Amino acid sequence: MTGTERHDFDVVVVGAGGAGLRAAIEARQAGARTALVCKSLLGKAHTVMAEGGVAAALGSVWPEDNWEVHFRDTMRGGKMLNNWRMAQIHAQEAPDRVLELEEWGALFDRTEDGRILQRDFGGHRYARLAHVGDRTGLEMIRALQQRAVSIGIDVFMECKVVRLLQDPSGAVNGAVGFWRETGGFVTFGAKAVVLATGGLGKAWKFTTNSWECTGDGMALALWAGADLIDMEAIQFHPTGMVWPPSARGLLVTEGVRGDGGVLKNRDGERFMFNYISPFFAAETAATIEEGDHWYTNKADYRRPPELLPRDEVARAINTEVKAGRGSPHGGVYLDIASRRTPEEIRRLLPSMYKQFKELADVDITTTPMEVGPTCHYAMGGIRVEADTEATTIEGLFAAGEAAGGMHGSNRLGGNSLSDLIVFGRRAGLGASERALGMTAASPLSETQIADATRHAMTYFDNEGPDGPYAVHRDLQETMQALVGIIRTESELLEAREKLGELAERASRCAVEGNIQFNPGWHLALDLESMLAVSNCTTLSALERRESRGGHTREDYPGFNPAFENVNMITRLVGGAYTVTQEPKPQMPSELAKLFAEEAH
Amino acid sequence: MAIDADPDTSAAPEPTQAPKPDLVMRLWRGDASGGRFMEFRVAPQEGEVVLDVVHRIQATEAPDLAVRWNCKAGKCGSCSAEINGRPALMCMTRMSTLPTDQPVTVSPMRAFPVMRDLVTDVSYNYEVAKLIPAFTPGPRDPDGLYRMAQVDIDRGQEFRKCIECFLCQNVCHVIRDHEENKPRYAGPRFFVRLAELEMHPLDTLDRRDYIHEVMGISYCNITKCCTEVCPEDIHITDNAIIPLKERVVDSRYDPVAWLGRKLTGRPPRTKASEARKHTGAAHAQSAAASGAGEAAKAPPAPGSGA
Repeated sequence: MTGTERHDFDVVVVGAGGAGLRAAIEARQAGARTALVCKSLLGKAHTVMAEGGVAAALGSVWPEDNWEVHFRDTMRGGKMLNNWRMAQIHAQEAPDRVLELEEWGALFDRTEDGRILQRDFGGHRYARLAHVGDRTGLEMIRALQQRAVSIGIDVFMECKVVRLLQDPSGAVNGAVGFWRETGGFVTFGAKAVVLATGGLGKAWKFTTNSWECTGDGMALALWAGADLIDMEAIQFHPTGMVWPPSARGLLVTEGVRGDGGVLKNRDGERFMFNYISPFFAAETAATIEEGDHWYTNKADYRRPPELLPRDEVARAINTEVKAGRGSPHGGVYLDIASRRTPEEIRRLLPSMYKQFKELADVDITTTPMEVGPTCHYAMGGIRVEADTEATTIEGLFAAGEAAGGMHGSNRLGGNSLSDLIVFGRRAGLGASERALGMTAASPLSETQIADATRHAMTYFDNEGPDGPYAVHRDLQETMQALVGIIRTESELLEAREKLGELAERASRCAVEGNIQFNPGWHLALDLESMLAVSNCTTLSALERRESRGGHTREDYPGFNPAFENVNMITRLVGGAYTVTQEPKPQMPSELAKLFAEEAH
Repeated sequence: MAIDADPDTSAAPEPTQAPKPDLVMRLWRGDASGGRFMEFRVAPQEGEVVLDVVHRIQATEAPDLAVRWNCKAGKCGSCSAEINGRPALMCMTRMSTLPTDQPVTVSPMRAFPVMRDLVTDVSYNYEVAKLIPAFTPGPRDPDGLYRMAQVDIDRGQEFRKCIECFLCQNVCHVIRDHEENKPRYAGPRFFVRLAELEMHPLDTLDRRDYIHEVMGISYCNITKCCTEVCPEDIHITDNAIIPLKERVVDSRYDPVAWLGRKLTGRPPRTKASEARKHTGAAHAQSAAASGAGEAAKAPPAPGSGA
């Protein structure tokens, strides 16, 4: 495959969700020649599915709110495993990033006095989420997309990157991809590459994630020799649709609970009051009456347990269903109908109203929704330096869900959209600083390019017996059953075994047809990424012998102080996946003292 | 063109024992050089949408069947197609709303060139997007904030619900059968975008001449096909296109807008008063009842469009 299409840029950003768009905008504004490469059409990235809002201590509803409170909520929500510096930067910079979106045309819902309205969400002490009804992600991606177009960023749509290119020192100097439409390969030379490819939910059977969330960036980084961090930390969102089967896993926004919705079991009991862990007891309402008062009086009352962080709520729902107190289709009830008027529900939650009406024939203004946990978010990801988003490989940066560290072992709702714009910007800045400081890009290795393209084409010569769809289905079954919301050593070992077999089958899987827009071929290549990240998650989950945040071990319930201060680092060493425990960065005393005073 | 399935009568009772008969799916397969419909028999499953069935065919019989999709939740606007001739999102069209006694036909959007099978080349839309004069806000308040009343942004928020599925572009008569009009016509999606910018309380640009001369709004003869297919229920014609036409007519002559004003007795307005008026009226979700709606019922302008 010599003579492939070739483009040279200062900065190449892979992925065009919130983080990738924001990174590209920053790099372009800094004066770097910037390309944005995405495997879907522009504006279709998984960010559009974010519903509830973007967390930022704007203080427009509760003036008491500030970055320190947001920082504290974020760290406690992540069960203190977060990279403290990332959590600090995030809390400090999120308000400016949200206000900046308004400059690019975003229209957030307003307060009476015309400022940005904020809504309640789990784990946030004050109403903190700037939002647009329940379609905040769409608003954000559109504002960023329109900004990116207006400043003339070069966009390569429906172009999938399959390998990074590296100079002899190991520094990343480009990438190889292919056009989905034609199947033709394309090579990018770059002084810096930003990976902003999002999550990995498509390795699980029931997920909120869209088609493209196959762990591509994490795998590209891993193959290039970079570290991944805390890959065991997978968030299962407590409220996904459970019926009909084809809609199972689809997200039901936490905004339903933020706006007053409550969880009930088959017997009509608000069961969350039975699941208040000691870690959050001091800041959680003990009675239904207290919880209901909190929505309007946050000074004198504590928040209801339906708004505990997601890991707590997801585990509680899982327990209720297993105990036989679930709804007919294996979930629990999420009831907003008895809490708000139909007009309010349609105004506050228009997408949810439509989603249930059209996909499940359920009118949420009169009937409770059936919901259950669904794979939602990877807290772990590519290990980055907090201030610049530089990975452990020269020339390679990462931001958004593809990067790890910011959210510790559990992410608070609303902190993802803010993560994208805060760290997307910093990654764009970090990448452009490196690129603009270099006199010339290092020459690309024709051997690496040829290897990458030859490898991608092997699937057309394979004889199977499997096709990619069968292998993907079995991978999803494996991860769902063995590396799900509750884990145990024997099942994780079984998963590791099966992942080895699946990798073998995947490498031999046969692709039919030609290279033009061939989803079977695309899936075969996505499977490489999914298998890589699934291995890292399984290995990290085995190593973390405790339960923390999104990682719950049946055989090691509760925190273990020995694991409190370590991150799980996975990397490829001589072609083998390895995991090591490395010390977590320690926060300075002026921040540590925020946690000394007892919770409100 | 459209086959309207009535959801009330087509919600068939669930058979308890006998297996349901197979569905026949007729999917268009081919590329830019041509193609044909191919039939697949599939067993129906509870609660499925068209995209589920297409995926099942892809995973079993036709692994290289090209279909574009992302979220499967009606939020990304990727899986637009024509289902039994009716433009719709595959992920939001339940099989139970379609007649089962005849094959279900799925074909690619007609207004755009086919790439392969159900996937079309929608790059025209991305080219138009580059031509839109960007949002240009005025200065912030002294405390660094922008203040906007909710009532002044309700209409803009309606427009920003757009998921860019391009179904409105697909059905627009000006370009559906007239490829030659594309270079001088932005299409309904971008009139929605332009209306949003024009009505944005913070925006300072005047795009009226541009909307007429470059975006080609006068080609639109308000047949409302775009509004009918919008999966987000945006009142494209009444809330976006007609107000834009009215604004443009301040300095231009457009017979449809002129007729609209004759029927409603409205005087031409300045940009500032337009912003106030259209956002102020935004609470009326059924804005079709307004004077603008009357204009929409007027006969098409002579000599315009198809």
